[in-house]
Amino acid sequence: MSADVVLSPAAKIDDSVFLEEVRRQMLQFAVQQLGDSSLAEDVVQDALVGALRNQKSFKGRAALRSWMFAILKNKIVDSIRRKSRISAHEEQIMRDEIDRAGPFDNRGHWRPDSQPQHWAQPDETLMGADFWRVFAICLDHLPPRQSRVFMMREVLELETDEICLALEVTAANLHVLLHRARLELRACLQKCWFAEGAR
Amino acid sequence: MLNCDRATFLISQAQDQPLSRAERYRLALHLSICKACRGFQTQMPFLRRAARAFAKADVDPQAPDSGESK
Ligand SMILES: [Zn+2]
Repeated sequence: MSADVVLSPAAKIDDSVFLEEVRRQMLQFAVQQLGDSSLAEDVVQDALVGALRNQKSFKGRAALRSWMFAILKNKIVDSIRRKSRISAHEEQIMRDEIDRAGPFDNRGHWRPDSQPQHWAQPDETLMGADFWRVFAICLDHLPPRQSRVFMMREVLELETDEICLALEVTAANLHVLLHRARLELRACLQKCWFAEGAR
Repeated sequence: MLNCDRATFLISQAQDQPLSRAERYRLALHLSICKACRGFQTQMPFLRRAARAFAKADVDPQAPDSGESK
C-alpha cells in the first residue's frame, strides 16, 4: 500500500518524512493491538484521515503525533467493539480503564500520595523541549477517549458543545471525561516533572 | 459538604462553563478548608496554558535524547 495515497490530502504539511514515520509507528501499534495486519491498515488509514483534518491546528510535531495516536486508539477500540460485539456498557469500562486506582479513596478524598503539591515556577518549565516530551508521554498514557476529549478541548480549543456533537457524547459525559483527563494528566506531570528528583 | 472528588469535578467543569450560584458557594466552602483542592485549582490554568503552548511547540518526539530524563 502506498503511503502517498493516504497522505495526499495532507500535502500542506511539508514534513512528509515525519508523517511517514508516524504512520509506520501507528501501523506497528495497530498490528500489535489487533493482531491482524490488513485490519490494522484500514484502522490506520481511517485514523490518518480523521487526524489530518485538524492538522493545521498543530504547529508542533509532538502535539500532532499525540493527536494522531489519540484518534488511532479510538479507532482501535471501535474496531475491537465491532468485531466482538460487546455492549455499550462493557465498552465504557474498556475505554475508561477503570481498573487503575484513581486519586481518591472510597469516600472521595485525596489519597495522601495523590494530593496536589506545590509546583515551583511552572511557566518557566514550559520553555524546554524536555517538558514537552514529558507532556506528550503523559497525554499518550491517558485512556483513548480521555486524551481525545482533552486535546479537542485544550489543544484544538473547541467549545464543549462542538465536542459533544463530534463525538456523540452527552455534556454530562464530556464533563466526566474531562475531569478524569485533567486529574490523570495533573498526576502524571506531578510525578514525572514537578516532583523532587523527577528531573 | 462536597468531597474532593466532587470538588475537583466542579473545578474542572468551571474550565468549560460557568458554575451555578449554588455550585460556586459549595465549592468555595470546600476550598476554604481543603489545601489539596486549592492546589488542584491553581494547576488547572497551568494545564490549559501548557496544552495550548504544546500545539505550537516545535518538538520532535523522535529526538534521540528523549527517553530517560536526568
Ligand atoms: Zn478537597
